Amino acid sequence: MPEPVIRVENLVKRYGDVEAVRGVSFSVSEGEVFGLLGPNGAGKTSTIEILEGLRNADSGTAVVCGYDPGKDAAALKYVIGAALQSTALPDKLRVMEALKLFASFYKANKNPEELLKRFGLEEKRNAFYSQLSGGQKQRLALAIALINDPKVVFLDEPTAGLDPQVRREIYDIIEELKRDKKTIVLTTHYIEEAERLCDRVAIIDHGKVIKEGTPSQFKQASGDKTRIEVRLARPESDATLKNLEGVSDCRALNGAYVLHCQRPPQAIVALVKHLETQNNELVSLEIFTPSLEDVFIELTGRRLRD
Amino acid sequence: MNHLILLTGMRVRLALRNRMFFFFSIVMPLVFFFLYAAVFGKSEPRTVAYLLGPVLGLNVMGSFWGLSAALVGFREQGILRRFHVSPVTELDMLLSSIFANYALALPTLVIELALARYMFRVPSLGDLFSVWLLITTGIVSFGSLGLVIASVTNTMQETQVLNQLLWLPLIFLSGATIPFTVLSKTVQHIALFLPATYLVHGLKRAIVESAHPTSLLIPLLSLTVWFILTLFLSTQLFRWEPEAKIGRKAKLYVAATAIPFLLLGLWEAKYGRVIAEENTTIQRLDAAEKAEKDKAQQAPKSPAETPEAPALEKH
Repeated sequence: MPEPVIRVENLVKRYGDVEAVRGVSFSVSEGEVFGLLGPNGAGKTSTIEILEGLRNADSGTAVVCGYDPGKDAAALKYVIGAALQSTALPDKLRVMEALKLFASFYKANKNPEELLKRFGLEEKRNAFYSQLSGGQKQRLALAIALINDPKVVFLDEPTAGLDPQVRREIYDIIEELKRDKKTIVLTTHYIEEAERLCDRVAIIDHGKVIKEGTPSQFKQASGDKTRIEVRLARPESDATLKNLEGVSDCRALNGAYVLHCQRPPQAIVALVKHLETQNNELVSLEIFTPSLEDVFIELTGRRLRD
Repeated sequence: MNHLILLTGMRVRLALRNRMFFFFSIVMPLVFFFLYAAVFGKSEPRTVAYLLGPVLGLNVMGSFWGLSAALVGFREQGILRRFHVSPVTELDMLLSSIFANYALALPTLVIELALARYMFRVPSLGDLFSVWLLITTGIVSFGSLGLVIASVTNTMQETQVLNQLLWLPLIFLSGATIPFTVLSKTVQHIALFLPATYLVHGLKRAIVESAHPTSLLIPLLSLTVWFILTLFLSTQLFRWEPEAKIGRKAKLYVAATAIPFLLLGLWEAKYGRVIAEENTTIQRLDAAEKAEKDKAQQAPKSPAETPEAPALEKH
């Protein structure tokens, strides 16, 4: 079996009394898109920034492309590319100037002109950074992350705060990188992002990896159960709803009831009948196909964005 | 090396695209220049020459304001962390700041020298090589002080407070605004502990007395040592991350930047010549002015007594 490009074992990071990363372990193979999925504050950014050589771990081992990010950060930075979560460029720096500047930091680099074209920024080549939209700034961040033709690309919440259309544009770009067999580590709290882009996902919560696998493995593990979220006029007992025909599990979550069902039509009919007998009313009903969100709810009892 | 040039170029371009830079680094210094030359110096060439040292010194000292504010702004906006994930080092960031600051400050100083020479008819700008050496060591050392300030302050607000606290004694006690000889003996002795005093004093001597670099070793060497010390400290204290706050103890490093001038001040107070030289320079200026006045009074009043008269007679 080939040596993984990234190997992380029992990584721990503390900020004062707060333990942000509590023994995280995983590995990433060459050409793989690996996702760290978890809610805000789960420890994803701290983990990825340790791997980028931006922060030192308090304990544990990390190896990226054969380098220890804590000791060989200078050498590591030549072989990785990164789009950070909270970063910026100077407002009055032009797009092309930024690309040329970052290209000058590396011994081997890609042609800035080609990257402008590839990321649809040709028309913005002379625009100041402050004049770019959120999506354009993110595309520029990705172009800069690829300027040195890196072996590993780290993308920290690459679509956070972007509108759905721009998010899809970024997905297309990442899928293109995936086709180019780039090794990518991305953090996200968007389920659809992890499902669409990642070959493998580690679900991370409170600084720990709570489950790791491929998106399809997760769905199989959740038994391909459809999730039905209902809001009722009056509260009901979870246990009663769980015993309805076609319902395999039920949890109360933020004023709603989350029902996991293998046979959704029967479950809905049974629910409506039950509510009639209880003189209760259905306020809203939403049906979701099986997703990583279900796995997360199953594992933590919370939604990703709670 | 190429990346250092491009980083420096970026800093220069960003400054030139900033209206605040234009105001504080070009307009304000020239306003001060005209204020000194035309109002304080009454456009009298010899006095303008004497005031040129303080006005150039004021510009050079101002280096630390812009540099500290720019670097703290970069850190607060998360710009530095973008560079941190690339192979750029702390030293690259610091040196590019200093080089850019030098490239941006020099033209205004050259313009002021040219205005003094050609507009205010200053007969001589003294030893220009000495002037250049003092300007260079001054810009880089005061710029480097700005980098230490940026490293030991956590927010822009803190930076501005510390800048102000340093700026006031530097400009009021060094002879840059209030003439050194007007200060009381005690204040003069306090001023001997300030780098700005040696910069302004050196510039005055280089311009008014055409002092050669060999006779300006004290200001040149002290500023150079100070530059090396402040640059070293700023590399040690440099922070890329906005949330990486610095402890109170580290702020004492600013105090460490005072060590060279603390030692020099003690030495100067006992064996030095700065105070005496300042007095001599102003006495020479006064004497020259007096001689000129006397000459003007003794000058012949009737046209027949003028030097041209005999020539006219010949014709």
